[in-house]
Amino acid sequence: MNNQAPGLHEKMSRLRIRRLMNQLVLGMISIISAAVFFIILFLLYMIVRKGLPDIDTHFLIGLPEEIDAGGGIGPFLWNSIYILALSLLLSLPLGIGAGIFLAEYAPNNRTMEWVRAAIESLASVPSIVFGLFGYALFVEYFQIGVTILGASITLALLNLPVLARVSEEAIAAVPSAWREASFALGATKAQTIVKTVLPAAMKGILTGISLVACRAFGESAIILLVGGTSSSGEMWDFHLLSEGATLPVHLWYIQSEALVADAQQIADKTSALLVLMVLFLSFIIRFPLWLKQRKKRY
Amino acid sequence: MEKLSPDWTEATRLWTAHRQHWITKYRSDRLFRFFCLASIVFLIVVLSAIVLFVSKTGLLVFRDVSPWEFFFSSRWDPEHHRYGAAVFITGTLYVTFVTLLMATPISILTAVFIAEMAPPRLQQWLRTLLDLLVGIPSIVYGYLGATLLVPWIRKLTGAPVGDGILAAAIVLSMMILPTITRITDDALCAVPNEWREANYALGGTKIEMIAKVLLPAAKSGIAAAVILGMARALGETMAVVMVIGNVAQWGFDLITPSSVLTSHIVMQILNVDFHSTANHALYMMALLLLFISISLIMMIRRLRLKGGSSS
Repeated sequence: MNNQAPGLHEKMSRLRIRRLMNQLVLGMISIISAAVFFIILFLLYMIVRKGLPDIDTHFLIGLPEEIDAGGGIGPFLWNSIYILALSLLLSLPLGIGAGIFLAEYAPNNRTMEWVRAAIESLASVPSIVFGLFGYALFVEYFQIGVTILGASITLALLNLPVLARVSEEAIAAVPSAWREASFALGATKAQTIVKTVLPAAMKGILTGISLVACRAFGESAIILLVGGTSSSGEMWDFHLLSEGATLPVHLWYIQSEALVADAQQIADKTSALLVLMVLFLSFIIRFPLWLKQRKKRY
Repeated sequence: MEKLSPDWTEATRLWTAHRQHWITKYRSDRLFRFFCLASIVFLIVVLSAIVLFVSKTGLLVFRDVSPWEFFFSSRWDPEHHRYGAAVFITGTLYVTFVTLLMATPISILTAVFIAEMAPPRLQQWLRTLLDLLVGIPSIVYGYLGATLLVPWIRKLTGAPVGDGILAAAIVLSMMILPTITRITDDALCAVPNEWREANYALGGTKIEMIAKVLLPAAKSGIAAAVILGMARALGETMAVVMVIGNVAQWGFDLITPSSVLTSHIVMQILNVDFHSTANHALYMMALLLLFISISLIMMIRRLRLKGGSSS
């Protein structure tokens, strides 16, 4: 009895220590995570609060000033939207087509494995490498200078491998029974893919599209090299060969090189606008999906 | 009698329509296949063109500069034909290292919190928040760094400028934190529930389960997350440009203005002639970045293969 009691005590106290440790470390993890999210949300709030109240229509569509205060960012905002739309127009069909080929048509052999590896590695190549390529191709080789066209094409190239990979993954995750059902109804492979597989894979594909759209919208290194730091100075300029500076590049330019008197305010407003636009973009791309899910629930 | 004779015109019309239907059906089937094939061929051709072009232009630098000088000399001075890239290469590796040192533990802890401790509703919210954060333009982080962080570092350390490796690493940590957290979270969720229950059945506490079951089980997924974060940190350009100071000198004490590969390329490329050695040197740096990031992704692929075969 005497021998057992200390053993039991020891065990009890060890259990207590383990329990205490458990509580302590779990509490620490919660506190750290809470701090992380608090800091992130606080920074986002700071950005939006500093810029948002001063944003008016004149700022959104007005022309920029070189020296005086009170200029807008119209052409840059327009370029951002225009370049984003053009690059998506180019990259979406090709990227999703490549993803469909990889998932549905590609034979399972070494070559295709190799192609997959290449696409996956190129999906996370630093954007500056693409920027250099675009700069050499459009500015040096074609001699068209810094343009909206060059920037959109280079951005599309940057996003192609990402899109191909994301859509391949989404399509491969669709159960094969669905395809078989479609074949059994007499559909061709193309019909099966367009009418059965793609709608089923839409969630993954839309997430991928939202990812590349945000990436294209926020990309600055490529635009700086291929699109330049200024715009044509006109609003609603559809011309493909005008200079194509976008909002992110403008933010950098304002922060580091500009002479304009209210640079600080413009930078604050621009960054608030960037954050809001990105949130809006991810929301609007996922919106159809959300609507569909809602409809299904009722 | 009349009723029995078949209506040949109607039959022919039906047959032609039917045939036409099949022809269009299979023609569009082939056309679709052709389109998919064409897009993958286009993708491969363009991407190999990029890799070939960057390698070809980059390797030209070794006509004029010895590899020894390029990789190990710290003197970048194109006016005197000195093209040493050691400062930028070390800078990139150093910044990435410091970034991971800060971001990895915090990201993993946050992922543990999301995957294991947060109630389902909060879990959903935090995941959505992280997904949105991945999309925030990097230049915004750079701007925050330049306007909030750098003055703060200046005040705190007494450094004359405040720009440097530390500022860059903090900004990059903020940027890659959502990426690492989200992928680690996925890896943790993929661990089967039975393993968690086995731990509790043996009398283990929750933290023992996390440390001894969960993290070891998800280790290849976590490694992949960290490597992916590393690839992002290596390649980030403009956010780093805004806070690193862009001076071609060593920055080992963390608060001296310095330079990394990406920031140096983007600051110099507009000032050099396309057929100059300086330009070739910049392409060589890009090739180096390309090479490092491709090796990192190959590492992830290998990890995934290993993880797949063991489970």
